[in-house]
Amino acid sequence: MQQAQYQLIIVGGGPAGLTAGLYAARGRLKVLLVEKGATGGQVLVTDWVDNYPGFIEGISGFDLVDKMTAHADRFGLEKKYATITALNLTGEIKSVLLESGEILTAKTIILCTGARPRKLDIPGEYEFSGRGVSYCATCDGPFYRNQEIAVVGGGNTAIQDALHLTKFASKVTVIHRRSELRATKILQEKAFCNQKIDFLWNTQVLEVRGNKNGVDSLLLRHHNGDESVLNVTGLFVLIGVTPNNELLPLDQLRADEGGFVITDGEMATSIPGVFAAGDIRSKQSRQIINAAGEGAVAELSVEHYLGNQAPDTPLNCSE
Amino acid sequence: MASDKVVHISDSEFENKIMGNALPCLVDFWAPWCGPCKAIGPVIDELASEFDGKVVIAKMNVDDNPATPGQFGIRAIPTLILFKGGEVVDQITGAVGKSQLQDLIKKAL
Repeated sequence: MQQAQYQLIIVGGGPAGLTAGLYAARGRLKVLLVEKGATGGQVLVTDWVDNYPGFIEGISGFDLVDKMTAHADRFGLEKKYATITALNLTGEIKSVLLESGEILTAKTIILCTGARPRKLDIPGEYEFSGRGVSYCATCDGPFYRNQEIAVVGGGNTAIQDALHLTKFASKVTVIHRRSELRATKILQEKAFCNQKIDFLWNTQVLEVRGNKNGVDSLLLRHHNGDESVLNVTGLFVLIGVTPNNELLPLDQLRADEGGFVITDGEMATSIPGVFAAGDIRSKQSRQIINAAGEGAVAELSVEHYLGNQAPDTPLNCSE
Repeated sequence: MASDKVVHISDSEFENKIMGNALPCLVDFWAPWCGPCKAIGPVIDELASEFDGKVVIAKMNVDDNPATPGQFGIRAIPTLILFKGGEVVDQITGAVGKSQLQDLIKKAL
């Protein structure tokens, strides 16, 4: 049988992938991490991380990514920045096809493809994307100095980003389809106490409206069926995530109704030798800390799966 | 490992180096606090090598240079605008893949 080039290929370089990579490189596995952009995943667009243990004062998402990447680099993790066009996950040797045409093979795969912001899918949203409609408050907040804007959503990301946006905007209206927030209490307290934040409860955005300069208003529908227009120059859509599963063979790989990959407690998917960690997994909470934790568990499961196979690199006493 | 083929431009250089350029120019409007901008950084560097001599690949920091982004109504970054002969050919917002950017650039070739 043909030899696999790697013992493990990690697909995606967010916190799950970087942690799996750190463990694998430190464990002297022949490992490669493939990432399409820069490492960090969604943490790159996270303004502030206040609850990652060890960072007592909190840390910016940007800095946390830098530290995670540097930590994996310290153990010599091999990384490749490339777009994957196909994954073949079945069989004893898995293969990864890159956009360049190059084919990489491995005995095991850890899927860390993550998730991306969900869209509202309403008229005007696509048309005004980048011209008033945004999915990244840390990226685009500074363009809304002294303007009135809206945030749609009620979870942690929506409320944390609404707070961040008050640094720039004169007023931030949080539009939520329910009558209470899902965000954690400390964020709720901060938001309710912030003079610049207003709430519109039991309200949906029906349409984004604007002119050649970009967004100028939103058409809203309230609980009682009444419609109204809210004048804003920006709409930040922060309503959760959708899985990055386009490359995954969902006919072979068990996934939930939302398209997130189902694993057992050891991060094993329904395909032998294929593991998943981080936001691509079917689960309740999507936090940086559990993505990292799952990355570690998945890597240890890979070592277990590979069993007593001798490491490709001999033990080294020079360090 | 930023590519030395990427041209960094300012508001004052924009007219001369982009609008007045005989070659097509792709300008990446970015800022240091923007994660997705960082994410496409390596792709921009690769494109600069790939299209060297055929297309100018430039970057403008929107923090230091507010006038040009204002002129083009930019309210999200990264935004990449393709110019040819002083006109906007097309633009893309967000951290898109390399092939999408290659397709964009080819509209000016």
